[in-house]
Amino acid sequence: MTDTTTQTKTTKSVASYLSSHLREYGLLFALIAIMVFFQVVTNGTLLKPVNITNLFLQNSYIIIMALGMLIVIVGGHIDLSVGSVMGFVGALAAVMIVNWDVPVSLTIIVCLLVGALIGAAQGYWVAYWKIPSFIVTLAGMLVFRGLSLWLLEGQSIGPFPKPFQLLSTGFIPDVFGVGRPNATALAVGIIAAAAIVWMGLRKRARNKAYGIEDEPAAFFVVRNVIVAGALLFVMYKLSTFRGLPNVLITMGVLTIIYAFLTEQTTIGRRIYALGGNEKAAKLSGIPTERLTFLTFVNMGLLAALAGLIFAARLNTATPKAGFAVELDVIAAVFIGGASMSGGVGKIVGAVVGAFIMGVMNNGMSIMGIGIDYQQVIKGLVLLAAVIFDVYNKQKQG
Amino acid sequence: MQTLLEMRNITKTFPGVKALDDVNLKVQEGEIHALVGENGAGKSTLMKVLSGVYPKGSYEGEIHYDGQLAGFAGIADSEKLGIIIIHQELALVPLLSIAENLFIGNECAKGGVVNWPETFRKTEGLLKKVGLAEAPATQVGKLGVGKQQLVEIAKALSKDVRLLILDEPTAALSESDSSALLDLLLELKSQGVTSIVISHKLNEIRRIADTITVIRDGASVSTLDATTQEITEDHIVRDMVGRDMSHRYPERDRKAGDMLLEVRDWNVWHPEHQRQVIRDINFHVRAGEVVGIAGLMGAGRTELAMSLFGRSYGRNITGNVALRGQPIDTSTVAAAIKNGLAYVTEDRKELGLILEESIQRNITLANLGDVSSKGVINEAEETNVSERYRQAMNIRTPSVFQKVVNLSGGNQQKVVLSKWLFAGPEVLILDEPTRGIDVGAKFEIYGIINELSAQGKGVIMISSEMPELLGMSDRIYVMNQGGFVGELSAEEASQERIMSLIVTE
Repeated sequence: MTDTTTQTKTTKSVASYLSSHLREYGLLFALIAIMVFFQVVTNGTLLKPVNITNLFLQNSYIIIMALGMLIVIVGGHIDLSVGSVMGFVGALAAVMIVNWDVPVSLTIIVCLLVGALIGAAQGYWVAYWKIPSFIVTLAGMLVFRGLSLWLLEGQSIGPFPKPFQLLSTGFIPDVFGVGRPNATALAVGIIAAAAIVWMGLRKRARNKAYGIEDEPAAFFVVRNVIVAGALLFVMYKLSTFRGLPNVLITMGVLTIIYAFLTEQTTIGRRIYALGGNEKAAKLSGIPTERLTFLTFVNMGLLAALAGLIFAARLNTATPKAGFAVELDVIAAVFIGGASMSGGVGKIVGAVVGAFIMGVMNNGMSIMGIGIDYQQVIKGLVLLAAVIFDVYNKQKQG
Repeated sequence: MQTLLEMRNITKTFPGVKALDDVNLKVQEGEIHALVGENGAGKSTLMKVLSGVYPKGSYEGEIHYDGQLAGFAGIADSEKLGIIIIHQELALVPLLSIAENLFIGNECAKGGVVNWPETFRKTEGLLKKVGLAEAPATQVGKLGVGKQQLVEIAKALSKDVRLLILDEPTAALSESDSSALLDLLLELKSQGVTSIVISHKLNEIRRIADTITVIRDGASVSTLDATTQEITEDHIVRDMVGRDMSHRYPERDRKAGDMLLEVRDWNVWHPEHQRQVIRDINFHVRAGEVVGIAGLMGAGRTELAMSLFGRSYGRNITGNVALRGQPIDTSTVAAAIKNGLAYVTEDRKELGLILEESIQRNITLANLGDVSSKGVINEAEETNVSERYRQAMNIRTPSVFQKVVNLSGGNQQKVVLSKWLFAGPEVLILDEPTRGIDVGAKFEIYGIINELSAQGKGVIMISSEMPELLGMSDRIYVMNQGGFVGELSAEEASQERIMSLIVTE
């Protein structure tokens, strides 16, 4: 008798836990399901080492911009100009390096500063003049699209010197000298997986001490096994090709920095408060204008970095670069669970959202699905993700 | 004279509250009938029952109109019979012209095509009737409040009004605008329009009203005939507040300590209009003192509080604030908090809480510095702090990780109070701290206020509930039209005295 009551009690708590965290698990499982699906229908092409490497290279700039976009959206705004800014900065880099022979390192610094400056110029109007970000950044989108055409005089400029290309197409050399499989990649994978598990355990122990842990132990184990396993699997695959791409490191480090910034710091907390209720945040002594301004400066900086990486990958700057990319970035953030009204969303969600888009692009291309259907399918996936969110929220409320 | 409207035994219940209890109202054809009572007495609810905002069936009792049993499913229903209500918050579209506003929803049109010449011709006629010399094409937002009020009345006239209901029509008007409006009402009366006027201004009521009905605590307590006898303001005030005060407030040692907060020559202008909202206010709070600010809605109490708290309201703010004799900087909210002020807002959902975030995150929001080092939040410490407040404040919740949107009003208010206590203020400004919360939670909040006073903090309490102000305050400032019109000690304060200070301005 007592056995059955405890039994029902645990199943009930598992069910209620699952339903209240459906979004987070759902996202992870959606990514896994999509990967398994494409792995099967592409006859194993998707997870070949060369394709995994390509996946990272292809999507790096989207992910980097999604980090900034998540913060802008959490703050209650939107930035439509990131695609154009990315293209403009790529063009600027090409003109500086190829036409003017400016050293690569100086060019990179100047380009990042220009990106931040562009973000500041747009953020200024949004934050201090209360002009809707949709309008300001729509204007920015047109302006910087035009300016990159002007800079490039309608031509493509390239190629770039080798050091600049390494930004995107370089790989971390194997410090252990094993070569293949690349021991550095394996070591990084093992260390990262161990770190994730260790931090998860530490957090769990701390929550237990406060009596607030609600994740059933089985869930914790399964989740960590999946995440750590996936990480090791990917790293192993990479190690059998050319090792760790430079952009993967850039992306990984940035993701960790921004996840920390948004979840652990006062500035991150204040951005969530600002997006959740700007008036209440202001009356709590939070400098809401300055914060809004900074979210745009940050977005500009990351768009510039994305622009450099994209140009380096194509090894040329084209007037078309970055066209409509803002839509992919914004879609990734919303698929990742952010709310249009602000105050809700996570860095990890945005990154997973970007990967979902990336895997679908890649998988459908391998399958030979036309660009027309690809657009339709991506659009439906975005809509489905948001409907899922709204439905969940209504069910809870 | 004939009876135009009779409301019999009207009872209206909201979940947990009886807003109207057996109210009777009888209005004669062609009279001006004044409806008076304190904030929350039930006047507006009664008018909403009459106009169909609360449809037939949602209340008990009968409405007889023009000799027939009536009952309305919505505003459109009552408007068809000529009952037009003009709310305190004007229902005009500021960006449209006067002509467009007058005929909104009631356009002079054939098959959906508006006949503009006809619209403008009719508008001119209506504007002449209400004595408004403006072109029909003038944008409504460019008119002052007084003129907007006249546009509203013109709009009512366009619908062939028989019974005009005005909710606090002169609350936001200047002296001369008010006078003009009252004249217009008398003029309309001579043309046979019956009016019900809700007002707090007893001098105005004495000037225009034929009959006065007093409502108190959701019940009609008296109907006074002003045509046959002289009704004194004292008489009305006594009827308005005449309830006995029970001991609903926890006892406290009243001992005022040293001077804590002093505000000198405080002046504030409206953020948009050329209007002074706060004029020449001087006041002080001593340590351990609970100071009440009484006044009607629109008196400027919230504006005063918000302008003091980091200049969150208004512009051209002048004046000095000193804490313990030292001038302090309150030019930004952050500075005001740092210098020992806290402001618990009137509207906790809009201005006080991040509803979608947890109790813990709300409590620490105004003082994140104390749970972080070098900008990194120590979540364990944060949980400790909020857990401590959960217990001290008796916030009823399974955990501090609960979203505040799921809490009851009383518990939400305790979260807001916790947030400000954690900010470590010397002086707390509480704006309507018990609005919308139940009696038990109210008592707990009074207890918290007393506790603060015992710790030597200064408390400024703004409240529209006079019994609460009288029960809690050591001293009461009475505010009207942006200025203080009186100061009463706890001993000399009474509802009558406060009311008469307000109404005999």
